[in-house]
Amino acid sequence: MSVLQALEEKLSKMPAPIRLKDLIRNIRAARTAADERSVVQKELAQIRDLFRDEDSVYRCRNVAKVLYIHMLGYAAHFGQLECLKLIASPRFTDKRIGYLGATLLLDERHDVHLLMTNSMKNDMNHNTQYVVGLSLSCLGSICSPEMSRDLAGEVEKLLKTSNAYIKKKAALCAVRITRKVPELMEMFIPSVRSLLNDKNHGVQLTAVCLVHEMCERSPDTLLHFRKLVPNLVRILKNLIMSGYSPEHDVSGVSDPFLQVKVLQLLRVLGRKDPDASEAMNDILAQVATNTETSKNVGNAILYETVLTIMDINSESGLRVLAVNILGRFLLNNDKNIRYVALNTLLKTVQADMNAVQRHRSTILDCLKDSDISIKKRSVELCFALINASNVRTMVKELIFFLDKADPEFKSYTSSNIFTACDRYSPNKRWHIDTMMRVLTAAGNYVPDDSVSSLIQMISETGSLQAYIVQQLYKALKDDISQQPLAQVSLWCIGEFGDMLVAGVVDEEEPIQVRTYYLPALHVDSLKTKTPNYDPGMTEPLQVSEDDILDLGESLMNATSSSQVTKEYALLAMVKLSARFSPQSLERIKKIVIPYSQSMDMELQQRSVEFGALINTYNHMRAGLLERMPPMEKKDTDKVNNGELTDEQLESREISIPSTQNESKGLLDILGDGDFTAPVNNQPNKSEPMSSGGELLDLLGGLDLSAPPTVAPTIQPMGAPLNSVPNLMDGLDALQPMTTTTTATMNLMNQNTDLLGGLTNNIGAPSIPPIMAVDKDGLKVEFNFEKEGSAPHVVNITLKATNSTTNPFSSFIFQAAVPKTFQLQLMSPSGDLVPPNNSGAITQLIKVANPQNANLRMRYKFSYSTGGSTVSDQGEVNTFPANMFT
Amino acid sequence: MIKFVLILTKQGQTRLSHYYMPIELTERPTLEADVIRRILARAPGQCSFLDYEDYKIVYRRYLALYFIIGIDDDENEVATLELIHLIVETIDKYIPKVTDLDLMYNVEKMHMILDEMIMNGRVVETCKNKILAPIQLMDSQR
Repeated sequence: MSVLQALEEKLSKMPAPIRLKDLIRNIRAARTAADERSVVQKELAQIRDLFRDEDSVYRCRNVAKVLYIHMLGYAAHFGQLECLKLIASPRFTDKRIGYLGATLLLDERHDVHLLMTNSMKNDMNHNTQYVVGLSLSCLGSICSPEMSRDLAGEVEKLLKTSNAYIKKKAALCAVRITRKVPELMEMFIPSVRSLLNDKNHGVQLTAVCLVHEMCERSPDTLLHFRKLVPNLVRILKNLIMSGYSPEHDVSGVSDPFLQVKVLQLLRVLGRKDPDASEAMNDILAQVATNTETSKNVGNAILYETVLTIMDINSESGLRVLAVNILGRFLLNNDKNIRYVALNTLLKTVQADMNAVQRHRSTILDCLKDSDISIKKRSVELCFALINASNVRTMVKELIFFLDKADPEFKSYTSSNIFTACDRYSPNKRWHIDTMMRVLTAAGNYVPDDSVSSLIQMISETGSLQAYIVQQLYKALKDDISQQPLAQVSLWCIGEFGDMLVAGVVDEEEPIQVRTYYLPALHVDSLKTKTPNYDPGMTEPLQVSEDDILDLGESLMNATSSSQVTKEYALLAMVKLSARFSPQSLERIKKIVIPYSQSMDMELQQRSVEFGALINTYNHMRAGLLERMPPMEKKDTDKVNNGELTDEQLESREISIPSTQNESKGLLDILGDGDFTAPVNNQPNKSEPMSSGGELLDLLGGLDLSAPPTVAPTIQPMGAPLNSVPNLMDGLDALQPMTTTTTATMNLMNQNTDLLGGLTNNIGAPSIPPIMAVDKDGLKVEFNFEKEGSAPHVVNITLKATNSTTNPFSSFIFQAAVPKTFQLQLMSPSGDLVPPNNSGAITQLIKVANPQNANLRMRYKFSYSTGGSTVSDQGEVNTFPANMFT
Repeated sequence: MIKFVLILTKQGQTRLSHYYMPIELTERPTLEADVIRRILARAPGQCSFLDYEDYKIVYRRYLALYFIIGIDDDENEVATLELIHLIVETIDKYIPKVTDLDLMYNVEKMHMILDEMIMNGRVVETCKNKILAPIQLMDSQR
């Protein structure tokens, strides 16, 4: 009795694997998720064993089970290779399951799929149409660029057969190949016309898809296929004129799917082309008038027709017809149709604003619909419809909507209201009223950047500040839990607290703006909570200093307050110490000083600073805490310091083919933006400690991180010319508080002497690299190397890496330096930055500095990833100070 | 373009899933669960379309089953709704009075029907007889 015999015996006794049906039954019988898992795991283990034993009798059955288990969400990729074996099998049932498995388990990201290429090629030449069909269907769903190149020839051959079943599938494979490898498109173009003229609807349908895909991939092909418009018109005409055909009839409409596809293609062909548009005018009118509207299918076609009419250069009469159809859609009882109407209006709003405006009231009604999908579309549409003439009514309605909206809409709606106000607000008062109203309505859903933009706006609206601070004070008193509201209010209270106590209200602008607006919206909610709320607000509000401090203190202690809100509150208190009477100072001290023990660094720092200000520098306090000057909006359009930068800088860029356009783009970099350090907008920068922080920042620019071992070797050297101007440059930023500069200057001079010596001494051997760009996964690092012969020339080696999962292609980096420098940009090592930090591009930049000035560099880069182009620009001024010594 | 076709039960069990775009195995159950949750949150009279991530979901309910198609922005929603009905009618023609259990035990047949109707995310055939011809031929060979 040999082992072999025993084994054979055992194998023959082994029961056949259960059928798929039985497996499903077993899984269904499982009571708990754990039971189900154990059934599945047991089955998978058995299937794996059988696969390992190369069992071919039951392979088909086993793969079918694997597919079912895969659908349930279990990992079943070990079945991939078995699918390939099934595909190679001569039996049709095997092939059927094999191809199904391949489409479900494989995709183009797995290299395994390339192993199928040969079997698929064989099957495409099979004499049974269904085998060819299987192979084509699989190719259509998993084809990769490599496979496209291998099999495009076969597909092209199959497009020319007489068999409609094969032709329609081959056409969709051609679509896929065109998408993957556009240059292979050429070979399919000659077959298109005969495909479109085929009698079979499936072939026509897929041929239309193929033409559509080709037109989208290449503008040249689009031009070529404009000739096909009459053919497409004929197809449509046949469809609407022909009588009842049972094969493709869907509730009385003849092949709606084909009609929709043809209309989509006509849209692409007619766009921006008067002749093609002219050729399709008549048929579009026919479709628009003849289509049955009582059924869903009819509406699908009308919807597509309207989109096409609005997108091409159609006659005005046709446009009126289309807009009327949309009007009917909007009033339809079927919500699906209303949704589609809103969607279409959204797509056509750019093309024909006035036509859409006509439906404004109906659209506003849709805001009240209970259906989220409809609400979402109508909100989007409302924002698209706002213009200077209707901004008041639209925003009013949108604020109503905001009051009752679901949380998911609040953020979107509020930030869009802000944008709309920015663009169209009729006057400042209305604008600020609206923004305050949105703050109370949207609460914590207001996006963070709105807080700073509102503060900036209030700061430049001098005449309304007293009114604003009163309004905000009341709103805040009413509800302290809404962070954005609290932050804006606290800032205002800090700045204008004295006005609040004095109760001054300057009424420069007509009050009816508010009386029409605020009472309608604001009061109802507030009145119920605060009975003494006065909507007209003609009476000045009586607020004492203590009331305000109470409010501030309650915000500091409230659990609902975020860290940022507390910071705003603390700073407001500090500022109030200069606005309020000396009696309040003691109270403020009591509130603020305990925070010097706070665990939060920001709060602690501010509190300590305040302590120092009171104890040591009390004479400076009033000056330091003065009201801030109006903040300038950081708008590049308004800043015009182009002359200055033109003088200072000159572009010297020798890089990739520099065409006219590119150098123009580079001039743009130089032209806009303020090149000097920006004025600080932050309120907290007006304190002495923070200017100390600024000082540290500046020093950080110098090389403080030098190894300590070098430190003792400081030698007295001549005045370190190169580091001082750097610091003075930075001081521009500190201009507003001249009071502090005297104190800090001394300190700084000392520091620079010391450090200048230090850096001069240790700079020569090596210059540490710096990170010039670190944005969206792109990192550009500068490494420095001295050119031995010429001391004032530095070679900067740029190294660009990419930490995202997509490659960056056509990467271009350009640079410009001030006139006193000479810049030479060598050609880069490539233009593709591979993903996941798996490689880098290097580029050499030579900078000569004959006058020994401080280097600053403007850069601009661009690259494309995931089909979109990214570009950005900026400035590097953190070059090591010692690089040219 | 059609991105996926799903048949889900009210309880969120998958009866059929076919994706026309590459998707990780781990993302699938989350997507399916999210989609069915959003659909169940909707009242019967509401519209059949909703936005989910980058897809537009078109769904239709047949007794306890939800037929769901995910499409991109260029596809016609109403026509997709009609496509769902066509799929159901085709299945019903193949298995008269089709039930949930029929779908479950004939899952590979359902895939074959779907393969004849949709390929590479596009509709390939809309005539029921032509769709069913190869499948019926295969059944008769057994």
